[in-house]
Amino acid sequence: MTNALLDVRNLKIGATAYPPGEPPQEIEIVHGVSFTLEKGKVLGLIGESGAGKSTIGLAALGYGRGGVEITGGEVWINGRDILKGGMRGLRALRGAEVTYVAQSAAAAFNPAKKLMEQVTEAAILHKKFSKAEAEARAVELFRKLGLPNPETFGDRYPHQVSGGQLQRAMTALALCPEPDLVVFDEPTTALDVTTQIDVLAAIKEAIHDTGVAALYITHDLAVVAQVADDIMVLRYGDKVEYGATDQIINAPQEEYTRELVTVRSIRHEEKAPTPDAVLKVDRVTARYAGTAFNVLKDISVELHPGQTLAVVGESGSGKSTLARAITGLLPPGEGSITFDGRRLSPTLSGRSREDLRELQMIYQMADVAMNPRQTVGTIIGRPLEFYFGMRGAEKRQRVKELLEEIEMSDGFIDRYPAELSGGQKQRVCIARALAAKPKLIICDEVTSALDPLVADGILRLLLNLQKREGVAYLFITHDLATVRAIADSIAVMYRGEVVRYGSKTEVLSPPFDDYTDLLLSSVPEMKLGWLEEVIAHRKMESAGN
Amino acid sequence: MGPALKLVVQRVALGLLLLLLVSALIFAGTNMLPGDVAQSILGQSATPEALANLRRDLGLNEPALTRYFNWLAGALQGDLGTALTNGQDIAQAISHRMKNTLFLAFWAAVIAVPLAIFLGLVAVRFRDRWPDKLISAATLASISVPEFLLGYLIMYFIAVKLRWFPSVAMINDSMSLGEKLSAIAMPVMVLTLVVLAHMMRMTRAAILNVMQSPYIETADLKGLNRFQVIFRHAFPNSIAPIVNVVMLNLAYLVVGVVVIEVVFTYPGMGQYLVDHVSKRDVPVVQACGLIFAAVYIGLNMLADIVSILTNPRLRHPK
Repeated sequence: MTNALLDVRNLKIGATAYPPGEPPQEIEIVHGVSFTLEKGKVLGLIGESGAGKSTIGLAALGYGRGGVEITGGEVWINGRDILKGGMRGLRALRGAEVTYVAQSAAAAFNPAKKLMEQVTEAAILHKKFSKAEAEARAVELFRKLGLPNPETFGDRYPHQVSGGQLQRAMTALALCPEPDLVVFDEPTTALDVTTQIDVLAAIKEAIHDTGVAALYITHDLAVVAQVADDIMVLRYGDKVEYGATDQIINAPQEEYTRELVTVRSIRHEEKAPTPDAVLKVDRVTARYAGTAFNVLKDISVELHPGQTLAVVGESGSGKSTLARAITGLLPPGEGSITFDGRRLSPTLSGRSREDLRELQMIYQMADVAMNPRQTVGTIIGRPLEFYFGMRGAEKRQRVKELLEEIEMSDGFIDRYPAELSGGQKQRVCIARALAAKPKLIICDEVTSALDPLVADGILRLLLNLQKREGVAYLFITHDLATVRAIADSIAVMYRGEVVRYGSKTEVLSPPFDDYTDLLLSSVPEMKLGWLEEVIAHRKMESAGN
Repeated sequence: MGPALKLVVQRVALGLLLLLLVSALIFAGTNMLPGDVAQSILGQSATPEALANLRRDLGLNEPALTRYFNWLAGALQGDLGTALTNGQDIAQAISHRMKNTLFLAFWAAVIAVPLAIFLGLVAVRFRDRWPDKLISAATLASISVPEFLLGYLIMYFIAVKLRWFPSVAMINDSMSLGEKLSAIAMPVMVLTLVVLAHMMRMTRAAILNVMQSPYIETADLKGLNRFQVIFRHAFPNSIAPIVNVVMLNLAYLVVGVVVIEVVFTYPGMGQYLVDHVSKRDVPVVQACGLIFAAVYIGLNMLADIVSILTNPRLRHPK
C-alpha cells in the first residue's frame, strides 16, 4: 500500500436525470475511476463538460452537487475512508483537511460579509487557529498572493475588489486552515486572459510554498500543463489516460488526448481586402443612458463582403457594446454606420425590415437565446415566416434544408432545445440566423461557452457557410486562438478604443503595441514551463524599465 | 453623501409626497360622497336659514381647494377638527383609540414576528421533511379560516369552555399591564395566527432562494453545520424580503384589525372608524383614513430603508 494522501478507488457517482417528457432516471456519471495523489503533488483533472471532473473533485470532500451522489468505491484521505465517517466525519474533513476553490469566486463569496471573516471562518471553526492567528495567516497569504494592501484587504466586501483579486482571495480562503489537499475547480476559467496568467502564477507559487497537495480541474490542457505534476484525462466519466504531465502533452497515447492537445489548430488563410465594404463603422462614439462615460470612443472599422472581422478584447473593452451599436440597440452618440452602401438609422425603430433581415446576430448563450417551449422547427421557421412569408410545407422543407446546412439531420425538427447538446443548440441558432439570408452575421462570443472540440466544430461550420453563402461575420471574442482560426482582419479593443486594426497578419506580427503584446503573450501555450518563461520575461522587462 | 444615504433621503421624500397625494385623494373621495354635512347634522327638518348659517360656520361655502388646505394645515398641527356627531375633538379621541390599537398590534407583533421567522428557519432546516410540512400545513390552515370565525372559535373554546380569559377585550387606563395583557390575550392569538403564515412562508422562500447560491456551497464545504450555514450565510442575505413582508403585516396589524376589534369589542381605531362611518361623520372618516395611510406608507418606507441599509453594495460603495 502506498502512503498516498488521497487514494480514490473505483469511485462511482450517480445522479438523477430528468429527460424531457420521461420519468426521472438514475444514471451513472462516473464509472469506477481510481487514482492516487501524494503529499505536495498536483494532479490535473482534464476533460470536457460532462466528463465528471468537477464531480470527482467534489467527491474528495464527500460532496455531491445538486442530486449527485457517490454510489460506490472508496475515497481514502490521510489513511481513512471519508465515505464511511458519516456527516459528522465529513464536516470535520471539509474546511480542515480538504478545501475547495470554486470557479466563480464572485459568486462563491457571501456578498454580505467582509472578506477576512470568510477567509478565516473555516480555520477558526475547526480550531486550527485562534482568531488572531488566523487573521495574521490570512494577511500573510494575501501578501503571498500579490493582493494590494494585504493588511487591510480583508476589511473589504467582495463587491469592492476585482474578479482576479477575488479569485486570489478564494485561494487564500482555501489555504488559510492549512489543509493537506486543495481542490481547484477551474479557478481561472472565468478570468480575462491577461488576469489569468497572474492568478495562475500566484496559485502555483502558493501551492509550491505551502507544500499542499492539489487537484487542479480544468478544461484547458495548456493551463493545467503549467501547474500539474500528473494529468488524468477524463471523458464521459471514464479515465482515458493518466500519466506525467510531460508524457500527456508531448507523447499522448490515446486518440482523444491527441485531439485535446492539437485542438484549435484550424488554419484559415486570410482573404485579401476588397474595395467594397458590407459594413462601415465611421467614428462611432456611444455611451449608456444616464452615464457620462463613453464606452465606445471614436471607433472606425470596415468589413468586406464574405469576410470576417474579429473584434478582440477583454471584458469591459466595449466589444459587445459595438455590436449593440451596429444592431441599433444602442444608438451611437456620434458617427455613422453604413451597411451595404446605405446609411443605417441609428435606432432600431428607424430601420426597415430589410435592414433587420440582412443583419443577423448569434449569441454566446444559445440556450437562453431560444424559447424553450418552441421546437427547433418553430425556432428556425420563424424568420422564414417573418421575412419571406413562408407557410406550411414550403416552410418545413426550407427548415430541413437549413438543418442539413448546419450538419444536423431533419429528425431534429420536432425536438425541443432542452433535448439538444450545447453545440447542437448553437447550430440551431446559426440556422435561425441563416434563415433570414443575411449579408452580415454578428457573432458575439459564440464559442466561448462551448468545449474546445465542440467549438472547433462550430468554427469549421461557420467557415464552410461563409464559403458557400458568402456571408460576412463580425466575430466578437476574447479568445485569440479563435481569432487565428477564423479572422481575415482584426480589431483589438481596449477600454472602448480600437488600439490595433488591420489584416490578420499585420495585427499578429510584431512590432506590437504594449496592450496587444500583453494580450498575445498571455495566451497559455501547450508546452511545459511556458508560465515561468513569460513571468521571467515580464520581470526582466519591468526591471529593464 | 454616500449612495445609501442618498437613496434613504429619496425614499423618505417619496414617502412624504405619497402621503400628500393620498391626503388629497381621501379629501376628494369623502367630498364626492353624496349628502350634505350640514343637512346630516341638523336633520331633515332643518330650515333653509339654519342650514345656510351652519354651512357658513363650517366653511362649506369656501372652494374645495381652500377647504383642503385648511384641513391639511390643521392636520399638520395636530388639529383634526371636531366630530360632527358628538362635537368631540377628533385628535383627542383618536389618540386614545390609537394607543389601544398600537398596544394590541405591538403585542401581536412581538409574538408573531419572531415566531414566524423561527418557524421559517426551522422549515428551511428540515426542508421537505415532516417539520416543514407540518408548519406549512398548520399556518396555511390558520390563514385560510376567516379571521372572524377564528375569533369566535377561540372565544368559544378558551373563554366559554375553558374560562381562561374574558370574552370581551375591554381595557381602560385604570388596569395594570397584567390585566390588560390578559384582556387582549385572545385577540393577540387570533392576529398572530392570521399574520403568521404569510411571514413564515416568505421567510422560508427567501432563505431557500438564497440557499441555491454558490456561496452556500462554499459554506457547506468549510464544514459548517446546517444551522450555521442558514444563520451565518443565508439569513443575512434574505433580510430585505423578510423585512418587507414583516412590515406589510405590521401595517395590517394596525390598519386591518377592524374585524377583530369588532368581534372582541376592543376599543381601538377600527371600532371607532366603523362607528363613525355608519353615522356619516366625514371629518372622523377623513382623519382615520389619513392616519391609516400614514401608518401604511411609513412602515413600507421603513422596509425599503432597511433593505437599502442591509445591501452591502450600497452601504459600502467601491
